[in-house]
Amino acid sequence: MSDRTVEHYVAPIDPADAIEVDRVNLGDRKSSLWIDAWRDLRRRPLFYIAVVIVLVVTTAALFPSLFTDLDPRKGDLAFSNAGPSDGHPLGFTRQGYDVYARIIFGASTSLSVGVFVVLITAAIGIPMGALAAYYGRWVDSLLSRIGDIFFAIPYFLAAVVVMSVLSAHRNVFVIALAIGGFAWASLARILRAEVLQVKNLEYVMASEAVGRSKFSTLVRHVLPNSLTPVIVYLTIALGAAITAEATLSFLGIGLPPSVMSWGNDIAQAQTTLRTAPMALFWPSLALTVTVLAFIILGELIRDALDPKARASR
Amino acid sequence: MSKETTVETTPTNETVRDSSMPLVQVQDLEVTFVTGSGDVQAVRGVSFDIYPGETVAIVGESGSGKSTTATALIKLLAGNGSITGGKILVDGEDITEYSERQMASVRGGVIGYVPQDPMSNLNPVWSIGFQVREAIRANGVASGRHEVEAKAIEVLEQAGLSDAARRMKQFPHQFSGGMRQRVLIGIGLGAEPRLLIADEPTSALDVTVQKVILDHLESLTRDRKTALLLITHDLGLAAERASKLIVMHRGKIVEAGASLEILQHPQHPYTRQLIAAAPSLASRRIHSSAGDSLTDEGVPDMLRLAERHAEIEKRLATAPIAVSVKDLRKTYSIRRGAFKSEPLHAVDGISFDIHKGTTLALVGESGSGKSTAARLILGLEPPTSGAVVIGDTPMTGVSARDLFKLRRQMQVVFQDPYASLDPQRSIGAIIAEPLKVHKVGDHEARVARVEELLDQVSLPTALAHRYPNELSGGQRQRVAIARALALKPDVVVLDEAVSALDVLVQAQILQLLADLQAELGLTYLFITHDLAVVRVVADAVAVMEQGKIVETGLTDEIFGNAQQPYTQRLLDAIPGAGIKFAS
Amino acid sequence: MLMYVVRRLLQAIPVFFGTTFLIYFMVFSMPGNPVLALFGDKTPNPAVLEQVTAQYNLDKPFIVQYFLYLKNLVTGDLGVTFSGREVNDILANAFPVTLKLVLMAVVIELVLSIVMGLISGLRKGGIQDNANLIVALVLSSVPPFVALFVAQYFIGIKLGWAPVTVGADTSWGAMLLPAIVIALTIYVTGMRLMRGSVIEAQSAEYVRTAAAKGLSRSRIIPVHIARNSLIPVVTNSAASFGALIAGTTVTEGIFNIPGVGNVLFHAIKLQENATVVSFVTILTILYVVVNILVDLLYAVLDPRIRYV
Repeated sequence: MSDRTVEHYVAPIDPADAIEVDRVNLGDRKSSLWIDAWRDLRRRPLFYIAVVIVLVVTTAALFPSLFTDLDPRKGDLAFSNAGPSDGHPLGFTRQGYDVYARIIFGASTSLSVGVFVVLITAAIGIPMGALAAYYGRWVDSLLSRIGDIFFAIPYFLAAVVVMSVLSAHRNVFVIALAIGGFAWASLARILRAEVLQVKNLEYVMASEAVGRSKFSTLVRHVLPNSLTPVIVYLTIALGAAITAEATLSFLGIGLPPSVMSWGNDIAQAQTTLRTAPMALFWPSLALTVTVLAFIILGELIRDALDPKARASR
Repeated sequence: MSKETTVETTPTNETVRDSSMPLVQVQDLEVTFVTGSGDVQAVRGVSFDIYPGETVAIVGESGSGKSTTATALIKLLAGNGSITGGKILVDGEDITEYSERQMASVRGGVIGYVPQDPMSNLNPVWSIGFQVREAIRANGVASGRHEVEAKAIEVLEQAGLSDAARRMKQFPHQFSGGMRQRVLIGIGLGAEPRLLIADEPTSALDVTVQKVILDHLESLTRDRKTALLLITHDLGLAAERASKLIVMHRGKIVEAGASLEILQHPQHPYTRQLIAAAPSLASRRIHSSAGDSLTDEGVPDMLRLAERHAEIEKRLATAPIAVSVKDLRKTYSIRRGAFKSEPLHAVDGISFDIHKGTTLALVGESGSGKSTAARLILGLEPPTSGAVVIGDTPMTGVSARDLFKLRRQMQVVFQDPYASLDPQRSIGAIIAEPLKVHKVGDHEARVARVEELLDQVSLPTALAHRYPNELSGGQRQRVAIARALALKPDVVVLDEAVSALDVLVQAQILQLLADLQAELGLTYLFITHDLAVVRVVADAVAVMEQGKIVETGLTDEIFGNAQQPYTQRLLDAIPGAGIKFAS
Repeated sequence: MLMYVVRRLLQAIPVFFGTTFLIYFMVFSMPGNPVLALFGDKTPNPAVLEQVTAQYNLDKPFIVQYFLYLKNLVTGDLGVTFSGREVNDILANAFPVTLKLVLMAVVIELVLSIVMGLISGLRKGGIQDNANLIVALVLSSVPPFVALFVAQYFIGIKLGWAPVTVGADTSWGAMLLPAIVIALTIYVTGMRLMRGSVIEAQSAEYVRTAAAKGLSRSRIIPVHIARNSLIPVVTNSAASFGALIAGTTVTEGIFNIPGVGNVLFHAIKLQENATVVSFVTILTILYVVVNILVDLLYAVLDPRIRYV
């Protein structure tokens, strides 16, 4: 190193850079995880599209008479497989039912199955996953083993077995139970992984140090902060459940033919695919669009709640 | 027993390269990041030179732009950042205009980089050997399988890794933090660069390991005449290791010059604040000239804090005992292999007393057992044996109900301000939670108490309706302190409570804690790995190593006259410990 | 690594017992006469009824029944279908076909996920990213059996590009269309995972270290970004397998592929529930094996798992 004197440089003191250590700088708008997520969702046009679809389907399910005055059960064989005509925009099924009316009235069935499956999956999956992860050790071993066993049977196949055997008792509840009674295992795994991470955060320890019981801490601090993957999973599960019911009906072990459902309609229309494809197309479209709306919601919510994505917002 | 290091300025005759020309010249560098809420200028016109073989340190707090400047030198800014102004001349050529391909030839071979966090900086799925060999091949240091392999082993050995040949086949997660950092240093130096950038190279490591690694790095760069650019938040470390110091604040250089010169005669107010607030420098100031005149611009003067403690020490003899720990033990069973398990004595029989109104620091590196001890003392886990007594009431071996009542007397503040507050709760709810759990007062009384507490920690009361994610780290710690005080406890356990904070903020919080202690008669158990902070904060010290307490004593005794070799090693490892101040 | 393998295999044992027990339990403890349930809506003739009762040991206590059933299962005595064919015979012919179909579909699905995920991740926020996502989401919303129908109709019948039914010709080419269609309906999850990990990997610190070493982009992308991003996609493929295995019922039914799913398909239609139970059990065991294999593959890809 050559003999160099190092100059001592001092920057001019700029009053604008006044050094107040750690001043509190509150933004105008409040900010928390949910508030920010909601703001993000509201900015996306896709969110509104999905919500509108869900609302329309739900309204059709609850108040079908708002959408049509036709009776979906009244079929006139004279119109069998007839195309669209005045007052019957989507044509007729093989039995002469109005396709449009069938779709409107079928909405409630499909949606009910979806909702019930979600409720059952959540009711079983959330406690199983959360308790296993939070209490650990033997509780975890036991609950995880049980979960593994249910997880090992693809829920669709399990539903096939249940519905085949219970041929005398086919209704919406039974189907929902058959699907949800096995689908919970995936949710339990996902929630378990999330809780395992959250439970090591210091605010959980702080809660216990204050004197909250473990269970109270789990419910009030751990679960609310572990919900993100649960919400995403459940929105997608709703769509999957609707599809599963349709598939079961297609195989003949879903809802009895007397019940109006999109699945049944698709199943019955498949035989006349070549001659009257529209009878298959419309209920399929209704099903696809509904499932798509829920899946999109799930993906958007996932993005809105993702902490890494938030950082770059 | 302090070590003296004087800074080397012996001229050498070097004719290989013209060492009167700077290797790197940074001129008016500007770096901007594009974020969702607008553009942020992280570096606002920075200029400096690095000469061949020189060691330069850039010091600053988080947000100062020091790391950004370092990554800008090799154009590896994070995704949304770019150089928006100025030049970077390497050997006279401006690299700001270089393409990716041209930069690839500069990186590694001309400018090397050693990053901060050794865990996340090595790819977990490839073996260590693979990653070292990659660096060697990419920079043309060797070619052909055998040559590359031999060179890789040499690189690792020089970096201080023993048994390098076997270690090459292992994976990063099988190494300790110190070993991983050595690998990164090896990779950085292996390509034989002319400048090595070390970005907080030891911040994630234990303090004794830090010293060893930094010493080694120093000797390696000196032997090869590699220039070293050291990025750090620790003023003491910077001054000890570098001949030239650059202080950055909010994207600008506020002061630069020879290290000792700046430490002894700081001119800029910010530099003065930093020096006043740096505990590692304060730990030595006690013994050096009392005539140092350091004005403080609203930042607590560590000297005064330390003096206040001298008064408290007298009290130690007379005050009753607030916390008593007797032969506390915690043993875990660790599974080794399929069917065997080994006992792990995390806490192996520790005992100490804390007098009311005083602060005991429990010091230890990682693996010492201090965190486990904290959990035991807080009653978060039952001990395997031993007793903890708060005041007159035992905490161990009592019913859950009694334990619950005892919690009112002892509260805790944790380390990570970003993880210690539930992000879903408002600040008011967080602070009021202890009151709610212990059913103290009605709703109105709690609201009033929350306001009172926010005042006590110097936060605006409007914060009660806001959420934690709007606050900085220091502000969150204040909230955590407010929460800890809600039930008017006698004892507060501070588990690394200031370790994650910037130096100036840390000083503020320490001042706050000291004020609260005097005002409310609190007893503190201060758990930390940072001996420097201990000096300015604690009345008594207990040093832990591998589950046992190896030394206890009053702070002055330990710092002036440590008995145990381990304690002495910890003291020597304090960055800046070797700096001698002219008096 | 060995310890990990052993542990994993040991874990599979209670799962095997639990799963078979569960299936058995579902069938034989439902309300009503379980034997009649095996016949669905049909009324069996008494001789057959007696034979089936004896075959399933239904006169013995439940637990004994289960273990006898298990013994049969393990020793390969799977009984006969209602049409009198030996289940073992059927399996010997049908199983390889199903395996072929499932493997093809998984490979296609993985390729789609990885490639589309990589493109989306590297061009995050751009047109390609959004387009990829929308296409994948729409495809995943169509019920698989509808998709198969439509494909069969348009591509098979109208355009004549692929065989409409497979029948005896179980070559790779013949099964390509159903494999592709099914893969298209499920690749969205894998793609999103790959995209997410690619995005994460790009800003990962070890990628910066790699660049700081002087490595070129063309080396960093495959060696450091893509390689690390594979891990979640591989673990997810287990779930894909699950969906595929369950889906063979419908896929093989519609395209008349002579695999295990096809037998199941017809058994369901004919309400031969005894066969349904047997074949569901077989497919479930296949899924358990697949899960084990995927876990082992995961350990190969991620060294951190091996040494725990």
